[in-house]
Amino acid sequence: MFKSISKTAAALAITSILGAPAMAGDLSIIFDDLNPAPKAGFEAAVEKFKAANPDINVTVSINDREAHKTAIRNFLSAEAPDVTSWYPGNRMAPFVNAGQFEDVSDLWEAEGFSDSLASTKSAMTIDGKQWGVPYTYYQWGMYYRADIFAEHGIEPPKTWEELLAASAKLKEAGITPITIGTKNLWPAAGVFDYLNLRTNGYDVHNDLTAGKIKYTDPRIVDVFEKWRELVEPGYFIENHATMSWQDAMAAFIKGEAAMYVMGNFAVESMRDGGLSDDQIDYFPFPEITPGVARAEEAPTDAFFIPANAKNKEDARKFLAFIAQPDIQTEWNETIGQLPINKNSSVGDDKFLQKGFETLSSASGLAQFFDRDAPAEMAKAGMEGFQEFMIKPERLDDILKRLDKIQARVYK
Amino acid sequence: MATNNGNAATLNAPHGKRSWLHRNRIKMAPWLFLAPGLIFFFIYVIAPIFESIWISFYAWDGLGPKEWVGMGNYVELMDDDRFYTSLVNNVWWLVLYMLAVPAGLGIALFLNQTVTGIRIYKSLFFFPFVISQVVVGLIFTWFYNPDFGIVGIVWKFFGASPPAILADEDLVTFGIILAGLWPQIAYCMILYLTGLNNVSPDQVEAGRLDNAKGWKMLWYIILPQLKPATFIAVVVTVIGALRSFDLIAIMTQGGPYGSSNVLAYYMFETALSEYGFRYGYGSAIATVLFLIMLVYISFFLWRMYQDEKG
Repeated sequence: MFKSISKTAAALAITSILGAPAMAGDLSIIFDDLNPAPKAGFEAAVEKFKAANPDINVTVSINDREAHKTAIRNFLSAEAPDVTSWYPGNRMAPFVNAGQFEDVSDLWEAEGFSDSLASTKSAMTIDGKQWGVPYTYYQWGMYYRADIFAEHGIEPPKTWEELLAASAKLKEAGITPITIGTKNLWPAAGVFDYLNLRTNGYDVHNDLTAGKIKYTDPRIVDVFEKWRELVEPGYFIENHATMSWQDAMAAFIKGEAAMYVMGNFAVESMRDGGLSDDQIDYFPFPEITPGVARAEEAPTDAFFIPANAKNKEDARKFLAFIAQPDIQTEWNETIGQLPINKNSSVGDDKFLQKGFETLSSASGLAQFFDRDAPAEMAKAGMEGFQEFMIKPERLDDILKRLDKIQARVYK
Repeated sequence: MATNNGNAATLNAPHGKRSWLHRNRIKMAPWLFLAPGLIFFFIYVIAPIFESIWISFYAWDGLGPKEWVGMGNYVELMDDDRFYTSLVNNVWWLVLYMLAVPAGLGIALFLNQTVTGIRIYKSLFFFPFVISQVVVGLIFTWFYNPDFGIVGIVWKFFGASPPAILADEDLVTFGIILAGLWPQIAYCMILYLTGLNNVSPDQVEAGRLDNAKGWKMLWYIILPQLKPATFIAVVVTVIGALRSFDLIAIMTQGGPYGSSNVLAYYMFETALSEYGFRYGYGSAIATVLFLIMLVYISFFLWRMYQDEKG
């Protein structure tokens, strides 16, 4: 009896010695996507991290994406996790400026991320420092119904004139050329960004979202004039302001609309809607001004360490872990997106392959209008885009209003 | 007891205090019972009012340091198109929402009869008030959909092309108000139904003897007796119109391009939504909304006071 007690005591003593580092290694992570594929990808990566670091006790909580956008403001200051997911570009700026995110430049230095994650370095950088580690991005572009194009003898357009010609032909055949749902505003920003990137190029996009160019600038007016060539003949679906992007997908799936300016996440719902891979395809948004270097939209998702995190050492380990090529390869295969580490390999899916080709040959990668511009400007701008798509005759008023808001936001 | 006796001298002082409590305990008792409610009312209602007025003088994103801008936010409001759109929409809400009062009265009069199964009809009419505003919003969104909604079907039946009510800047507010009226009418109806229960049969009988019928009976005999119900119905409808928020959030999120915004939603949008986080500016909108409400609240309190006195 006595013996067994002393044995237990010894065992306890040993476990507590062994357990000591484990006690120190509590790591809490908050992730922001409850959709099945992203959730599975994240959880698989966490399992691997646990297997590689058995001494770290990882706890995970997963928020709804929209809820996360408001919750993060509270938990960063009140009860910070050790790692949280968030977005780069201007979306991370308020937290960086308020000192809520940890500077991880040392990690970028030590792990050589400037080389392996080079494509998104600029998006992760504010004041010359890096604030997080990206794990995925995806391409935007024109998704189209290959079967409808074939039926009407249309080739995927490469230039603006070809796009207008294809649209006219589809319209004549009683098919809406382009579907879009602007109820949530941002899909309209996708169209605007592409028109701007193709008309004026990457630098103008950056200068506009940085507040260095006015909306009444002739170059931006040009963008809207191009847009007008699609709006006024009715090449966009009617009633788009009542529809979310998923609602607008219905017309695409039913074959009532043939093209969709979207991000690669839309492919999943096309397939869910019963379209086979033969029916759908992708082409990069057509050229508008010849000679403008092709830049693309590629929104990035990343992980950050809150400044108030308790276990920053293990948090850095996690960030380094998710940047590894094999982890990013597997994770992105699960979620159907593109890995950022240049040593990762891309999934077999044809959209991933085409997307990878498009992005790796692009001259610049934009995050997206609502991530590159400050929140308030983004909101006002996107409302302006929506208004323009419904009332193109109000262009002057819209641009003047945006100038007014711009003057206030960037002061 | 023994110690008490031994310290009789020291007991004298508290004795005086105790007797004050003792003398005033009838007066104190209600305050004691009210205290928990009052404390919470102060912490959660009164204090935030002053706090948000205070914040409205700052530029603040909720994270960084606050910056004093004085009346800056209000000056900016004066020059904000979205603010005026919201204000005008608020007026439309106030005016059109009032239709719920006569409509509720009409239905209540209609249902105030003894027929088999009348309770079922009453419940059915009351039903929209019981379901969540979110559900009401969703149902009406589908209802208005020009492709598969009933509005679309009816319009197409007559060979017209259906309007996209929720995407049309001129129609959208009225579309949402109509959706809001559905549960609000039910609310007013239930207020009038209870009111009708208390209508004195003697007076109706007396009116009949004096040959009062139809509209005259309603106007001179019934309505005066329903005055308390009318008063409450008007007040809840005004408050309901001013805080119309859920329907807008569900049906349009203030769109298209801000044309269905009202002050309550605009405040939320600027201060708390995905693209907002201007706490100071949002608080300034809240303060304006509060001042508008204050007019009604004071009127309401004044009337209550008059009624109590009389």
